Amino acid sequence: MEIHLQGIGHRYDALTVLEDVTLTVQEGETLALIGPSGCGKSTLLGILGGLLQPGSGRVTVDGTVPADCLNPLTYVFQDFALLPWRSVADNVSLALEHHALSAGERRERIAEVLRRTGLGDFAGAYPRQLSGGMRQRVGIARALAVRPAVLLMDEPLSALDAQTRDLLMEDFLDLWVRERTTAVYVTHNLGEALRLADRVAVLSRRPGRLREIVPLTIPQAERGTPAAQTELARLHDHLWTLIKDEARSAEREMADA
Amino acid sequence: MPEPLQTKSAVRFRGGGFAPGQRRGPALLVFAALIAFWQGGSSLGWINPLFLPSPWNIAEALYAVAASGELWRHFTASLGRILGGWALGTLAGLALGTAMGLFTLARSIGLPLVSAIFPVPKIALLPLFILWFGIGEPSKLATIALGVFFPTAINCYSGIDGVARNLIRMAQSFDLPPRDIVRKVVLPGAMPTIIAGFRISSSVALILVVAAEMIGAEYGLGAFVLQAGHLMATDQLLAGVVCLSILGLLFGTAISALEKNLLRWR
Repeated sequence: MEIHLQGIGHRYDALTVLEDVTLTVQEGETLALIGPSGCGKSTLLGILGGLLQPGSGRVTVDGTVPADCLNPLTYVFQDFALLPWRSVADNVSLALEHHALSAGERRERIAEVLRRTGLGDFAGAYPRQLSGGMRQRVGIARALAVRPAVLLMDEPLSALDAQTRDLLMEDFLDLWVRERTTAVYVTHNLGEALRLADRVAVLSRRPGRLREIVPLTIPQAERGTPAAQTELARLHDHLWTLIKDEARSAEREMADA
Repeated sequence: MPEPLQTKSAVRFRGGGFAPGQRRGPALLVFAALIAFWQGGSSLGWINPLFLPSPWNIAEALYAVAASGELWRHFTASLGRILGGWALGTLAGLALGTAMGLFTLARSIGLPLVSAIFPVPKIALLPLFILWFGIGEPSKLATIALGVFFPTAINCYSGIDGVARNLIRMAQSFDLPPRDIVRKVVLPGAMPTIIAGFRISSSVALILVVAAEMIGAEYGLGAFVLQAGHLMATDQLLAGVVCLSILGLLFGTAISALEKNLLRWR
């Protein structure tokens, strides 16, 4: 499924956060969205999936959705957004209960995604009993259970410590990047973008505009090899120069200026 | 002056204290000592039994009214009024609180209205309710229900208002129908605050039932305590107070059990 953003702009009261963003998310790609903090990347993701009404412009989707897909545009949230009163399996179940699935089908889907995300032994656990990394696995399992056409990920790793982040990133490659599920991945971490993305869209500081789209030609599987490091370092430098000055001035900005 | 740091010395531990725990022993001991002291004072004739009967006398009086079946009659009369009034007030309070938590119009109208009427001492309205509904049960139920209604509505509203926005957005992102969002996300999320409100409303109900029964009732613990006071039967009076405390304890225990059951996830 493709998503077209056309002239998207958005403002909160007097504050313009996005201006004239035109962008296409292509079928099967992982598009990373980076930019300095406060540049409106999370706002853009909210608009992409219909959780926020854009101030101007429009979002259209193009392409057919497989029959077993229950929720074409599916989010994974930074703060996991798990219901603390539901067990792991029941949190996944929440995304399925209002669909016309037989109880058996639902159980099957839940078991399948829990196995894929390494949560098989934790089905009955409650969120408070789990580490941050395991909680986000639940968030991902819940998203995968609806067999999404597009995954919309809002800084899914930024609430986690560095080691957990590295571990989960490797799992991400298995869970959707290699399967070529279309995904939009918002992050402020250049390393995550360079590890996972097919293309990196760089937004400018507020009001966020699209500065550049950087394609990554090295396949994800080869990015760990020594041979790829020179090129990745060059791309890292390039992305960093694009956002460094902006990040600096964004950092010095008053919160409600 | 702090001592200067020696070239080689142990680091002084300074992170102690400020971590109070709780033990059962001291409380039980002090409790027993207080009753023993009271009983001793009465037995030695230091305390005038007319104004403060001994614990033993109170227990005897309690046994006497319980054995005659009189106490049971008063106890059930009060319990029935509390349960009836509390149920009415709670149902109405939850309905309004939920509406105020979910809908702009209900909130815009309800919140100022509730804030305006909340400070009125509800017992002051009993005479009016007696004029409306007569001296019997309905006026007492109405007073208790009204007293219960406001804290319940406010707690229910603020519980729903406090449900994390991100959970609601998550539910919306999975296209849950609004009815399911209320049932599966909003209400369970508000449950801790709603149950905390039950604690307040049950003690309000207990206060109001006593006051209402003192104003006009044949049976009920409030009436019993008042009559005992008129007769200077302080042992019976305090026996009635003990019964009221037991009633309060009963409600507290029931709510704790409810919390344990519904809020196991915490």
